[in-house]
Amino acid sequence: MNGDLALALAGMVVVTYGIRLSFLVFGHRLSFPAWLERALRYVPAAVLTALVVPMALAPQDAIDLSLHNAYLPGTVAAIALALWSRQTLTAIVGAFVVFGLWRWLVT
Amino acid sequence: MRPFFAGARDTIPMLVGAAPFGLIFGTLAIGSGLPVWLTLGLSALVFAGSSQFVAVSLIGAGAALPVIWLTTLVVNLRHALYSATLLPYARTLPARWRWALAFWLTDETFAVVENQLRHHASLQDGAHYWLGSSLAMYFNWQIWTIAGVLLGQSVPGLATLGLDFAMVATFAAIVALQLRERPVLFAAVVAGTVALLARALPFKLGLMLAAVAGVGAGMLAEAWSRRADLPDPDGTP
Repeated sequence: MNGDLALALAGMVVVTYGIRLSFLVFGHRLSFPAWLERALRYVPAAVLTALVVPMALAPQDAIDLSLHNAYLPGTVAAIALALWSRQTLTAIVGAFVVFGLWRWLVT
Repeated sequence: MRPFFAGARDTIPMLVGAAPFGLIFGTLAIGSGLPVWLTLGLSALVFAGSSQFVAVSLIGAGAALPVIWLTTLVVNLRHALYSATLLPYARTLPARWRWALAFWLTDETFAVVENQLRHHASLQDGAHYWLGSSLAMYFNWQIWTIAGVLLGQSVPGLATLGLDFAMVATFAAIVALQLRERPVLFAAVVAGTVALLARALPFKLGLMLAAVAGVGAGMLAEAWSRRADLPDPDGTP
């Protein structure tokens, strides 16, 4: 198990350092394709949403839209507070309060 | 002021911004059952916040190694763009400088250094400025990761208190601020839907599938909206 974790880390280091080295060290042999530059703009939204949606709607693997799922109101609060305050940190703290209160009061 | 310290000073706002995420990362990783060495190793050797968060979630869920590596590739690929953008300023630096500065390349240092180099600074000063920004970000991230690890260890059972929600809240807040452009919104909707439908796939493969589908959807939407913006070929209003 520890060996697997070490491998996971080693691979992440190689991939990440390789990306950062790409142009700075091997730049004379590379060019950055325009389509890839366009694709990159969608990566954060796609990856982060792909992580959030299953955790918010199905925290225990089955889709749970009941009142007992505090992740759902908490996530809605995070989105609403982010749009309202335009500040990530405000949104995170506020969402945590909603999540905690919901768990304590409703479930 | 010496360029090294000027680079560090100009990065201070970024240090403040990164601090809570370093703290949350350390706490969350320990709460998710990652060993201390791995948590510290991710911050010290990978040094890329968003991919570290994603790794915590993937490792915690028992994802396969290739999925972890591929997701890291997708999440960190934007650094290649920074690497390409900064190359003109680094071209004449000795190789050891370029290897070192590349290791510490982050969103924050890119933003600070690119802005500085575009406007002024001789090459030699620029390299020291860049190094100052890099090291400030690096040590700040290590310190806050360690603080998070200590916090995670001193409050056992944080995970059952719903600490995993910290990650959901963090990601949801970051994403919400990006959804103003319609193609990005479309990418997010498609990625979220695919992720939900494919959540039972083994090794967290659903995440990769959803990311690829989302990026593809965004690019398609962009192509459609560009076509809609073109003037009517007949020239009629």
